[in-house]
Amino acid sequence: MKKVRVWFIVCVILVLMVSCRQEVIVWPTESESAGKIVQGPVTGFYLLNEGNMGSNKCTLDFYDYTSATYTRNIYGNANPDVVKELGDVGNDLQVYGSRLWAVINCSNKVEVMDAATARRIGQVEIPNCRYVAFDGPYAYITSYAGPVQIDDNYKQLGYVARVDTATLQVTGTCLVGYQPDGIAIMDGYAYVCNSGGYMVNNYERTVSVVNLSSMTEERRIPVAVNLQYVVADRFGQLWVSSRGDYYDMSAALYWIDRPGSVAAVNELRTPAGGHVAASAMTLCGDSLYIVGSEFNYVTQETTTTYGIVNVRTHSLVSTKFITDGTDSRIRRPYSVAVNPENGQILVADARDYVNPGRLYCFSPEGVRLWDVRTGDIPAHFVFMRR
Amino acid sequence: MKALKLLIMAFGVPLLTLAQERDSVVMNSDMHEVTVYGRQRDEIVPSQRLSGVRLESLRSQSVADALRYFSGVQIKDYGGVGGLKTVDVRSMGTNHMGVFYDGIQLGNAQNGLVDLGRFSMENIEEIALYNGQKAQIFQPARDFGTSGSVYIRTRRPRFEEGRNYNLRVVLKGGSFGLISPTVVWEQRWNRRISTSLSADYTGADGKYRFRYRRVLPSGTVAWDTTAVRQNGDLRSFRIEGAVFGNTDDGTWNAKVYYYDSNRGIPGAIVNNVWRFAQRQWDRNFFAQGSWTKHVSERYKFQLSGKYAHDWMRYLNPDETTMLIDNRFRQDELYLSTAHNIELLPHWELNVSADYQYNALDANLVNFVHPSRHTLLVAFATQYQWRRFRAMASLLGTNVWDRTTVAQSRVRDALSRWTPAVYISYNPIRDNRDLSLRFFYKKIFRLPTFNDLYYTEVGNTSLKPENTQQLDLGLIYQHDWMRGVFRHVEFKADGYYNRVDNKIIAVPRGSGQYRWMMMNVGKVRILGVETTAQTVMRWCRDWSLVLCANYTYQSAQDRTDPSDDDPYYGTYGGQIAYIPWHSGSATGNLRWKGLSLNYAFVYVGERYHASSNIRENYEQPWYTHDLSLGYTLDRGVCPGIGKWFRSMTFTLECNNVFDQQYDVVPNYPMPGRNWRGSIRVEL
Repeated sequence: MKKVRVWFIVCVILVLMVSCRQEVIVWPTESESAGKIVQGPVTGFYLLNEGNMGSNKCTLDFYDYTSATYTRNIYGNANPDVVKELGDVGNDLQVYGSRLWAVINCSNKVEVMDAATARRIGQVEIPNCRYVAFDGPYAYITSYAGPVQIDDNYKQLGYVARVDTATLQVTGTCLVGYQPDGIAIMDGYAYVCNSGGYMVNNYERTVSVVNLSSMTEERRIPVAVNLQYVVADRFGQLWVSSRGDYYDMSAALYWIDRPGSVAAVNELRTPAGGHVAASAMTLCGDSLYIVGSEFNYVTQETTTTYGIVNVRTHSLVSTKFITDGTDSRIRRPYSVAVNPENGQILVADARDYVNPGRLYCFSPEGVRLWDVRTGDIPAHFVFMRR
Repeated sequence: MKALKLLIMAFGVPLLTLAQERDSVVMNSDMHEVTVYGRQRDEIVPSQRLSGVRLESLRSQSVADALRYFSGVQIKDYGGVGGLKTVDVRSMGTNHMGVFYDGIQLGNAQNGLVDLGRFSMENIEEIALYNGQKAQIFQPARDFGTSGSVYIRTRRPRFEEGRNYNLRVVLKGGSFGLISPTVVWEQRWNRRISTSLSADYTGADGKYRFRYRRVLPSGTVAWDTTAVRQNGDLRSFRIEGAVFGNTDDGTWNAKVYYYDSNRGIPGAIVNNVWRFAQRQWDRNFFAQGSWTKHVSERYKFQLSGKYAHDWMRYLNPDETTMLIDNRFRQDELYLSTAHNIELLPHWELNVSADYQYNALDANLVNFVHPSRHTLLVAFATQYQWRRFRAMASLLGTNVWDRTTVAQSRVRDALSRWTPAVYISYNPIRDNRDLSLRFFYKKIFRLPTFNDLYYTEVGNTSLKPENTQQLDLGLIYQHDWMRGVFRHVEFKADGYYNRVDNKIIAVPRGSGQYRWMMMNVGKVRILGVETTAQTVMRWCRDWSLVLCANYTYQSAQDRTDPSDDDPYYGTYGGQIAYIPWHSGSATGNLRWKGLSLNYAFVYVGERYHASSNIRENYEQPWYTHDLSLGYTLDRGVCPGIGKWFRSMTFTLECNNVFDQQYDVVPNYPMPGRNWRGSIRVEL
């Protein structure tokens, strides 16, 4: 009987130690104060966290300059009735008019929200969607998922979908190159970076020029392998980044002069003649802020670089926009943005991709002002104006 | 009532002549099978094992399911009949587990994972789990080379007096569209040779309903959705033949195995995506054999060998994502020899040498076609002095990799010695009920071919991942020949493990191949495992076996000391998927031919990343399984013998309370499900 008592005590202890399941609450928002209140036309910014593939942890954060608070996970709170929240792997975020467009790659959809409240308005179903740009009443969205070509080697062209921003319906498509990524619109043409990212050793090398009035691909401009982003500046130039092939061909940055006609392609070099890697970039005035995080399979090392390019003079004017040494704490700079009003620089650190990232805000001089925890893989910024 | 027949299931001849080895025994009607609780004679530190009645009563669908009942084991389960299940012991990581099938390790040089679903439970006699290594010295060198080992032993044919064959037909069916017939034929050809042949087919559509539900902080339902799991279908066929022989001075066996499967891979359920199209085909073949000979009283040796060929095809036909159609072929050749000498009456020495060759072929771009030669040498010694027993081993590993592409990098050749020490002591004179044990083991796992050479992800400069284990435990057991309680056993172990140079995927850039493997991880694991077990018998026909175990683990990520925020930092955080508390309880009540079984599994709260924040929190889960079995045999119904020897009906209900849970987030597990089976012994 003594043994029975021992057993009983053991059982009771076990039961007390373990806990039971509870109802799962919709991802709650969390706010914390960061920085100082800034009054001005820019009232805040959204930050889209990609979330690792399969985790369904794409989240939306918001920083409010008027109260100097950073709020995480605002989508779930604004849309508690959406099954499985925002989705899996956010790939792009843009604001157009009063609406916020979030391209959710692995959820095969573009989420359209009210920019003031992040309330869902609707979604556009586009498989394997990548990036979005706007012109007139339309959104243009790149997708990897074009028709499959049946030949010896599997090939799948990508396309650009034209979406009516009023009805959220796809009203036209135009085939472009393989695995199109970044898109920029200038003078009635869309310029699409073809990556060929699914075809190792046979990467794409071109920018597709799509006539938006006819939705046809008119030309291709050869640039370099595995293109990622394209940014149009006020001088009618396109800035195009290449990821390289991770072996012999380095990541590099190019500018295309007069892409609508002559299309002269030039590579931006460092004063010493080296390549400039731009795995993330943002244009503010005539300054193109770039962050390069380049891996090389031969050396098996990742090199991180920061820089500012003057788009007028085509020169790398700075290789360091973080001046207070904070860059040593940033493990994996993934994205950069600059507040157009006060020039404050935002750098998002994705760290190890599976744990929360970190957002750093720097003064225009490169001194850290504040930093805050984000969701997983913080990646895409948009500023909100009054 | 029945003639008691004790079959001691230990392989080989006991190494040590110990006075009065006592094992408690439970008879399973007249099936002539017994369960041996407690230690095997030649092991210094006892293992956890499931066999005979207990294994049968748990009605596990697969080996991985059965392992849930061992303490210290965490199963990562992606759900469904054909879903991937990986096993992690004492939080050291899946790749540190060695799985041995009839004494020879199952390898997978490509990714280190062994699919535990490809073995039929109908043909398995015992599953044993060892922390560190099997604490005996007479074994191949490879058996000294893992941080934890699971030994699966298939059924050895046993025949009633006057019979030369056994024929068993089993038909299972149930939820998920499961249908699974099995045939086992065992034949005794003469006094020295017997054979067994078993074959089974498993077909399942893998469909089950799952439900996700979220509430608002106020308690009102935010959303609540139910859907059917798709693309979890499985069709597999397995055939296995074995020959068992014995000679005057030894034993030998040979085995051929073939498995062919075609399964859907159910993906992560995420927003807007509810179905998948990925498929996987596997064909696994191996032939293995071993021969043990006792040359003299003081010298014996063992030879064993294996050839394995594995083919795998992975297809992603989904046109919305990257089309992938990869094929992998692996070859493995393995030869081993072990020699055991008794130097003095209580002092033995063993020397083993193994050679292993692995090669991987794949249709990947930039693939380097790696191959690997491994030479292992192990020295081990065992000594007994009164109530004190000790074993020490030293394993030497030499590895060379080759690739077909001349200019590609190859991992540097590796040569390393790793030790292990096991000690046990019985503190009470003339009584072996209580025993204390200790072990220390240092070992490593080699990076897999995928870690090293997978196109664009692999890293050829990877070092081996090291583990060190320190364990201190006690076991108390007592048997009674009379009374209600026949056997009581209590085990407790405390342990401290270190994992260094842990190989983890680290981000390296954007684009399709955004990961690469690096030796950056460090984990420190502090744990306690306890097991309590009792066997009760009363009123002649009643028996009850109860078993409970509980595990506490603190597995801290010590990778990045700078990430040390007390709330969200990863430094010091519990590593992904390891619960602090976990345990199981099982009960098996028998009366004549009837048996009622209950199993409870609990996995406590945990996080899916080292940053232990609310967003990464995973709920505890716990399932209750019930089954009822009825065996009709001559003991119950004497006239039945004309038609068949026995017939068993089983009805199971798993996850009785229909808990909706995920083990891995976004991979929903099945709710309540049913299974029935009929087993006929002809």
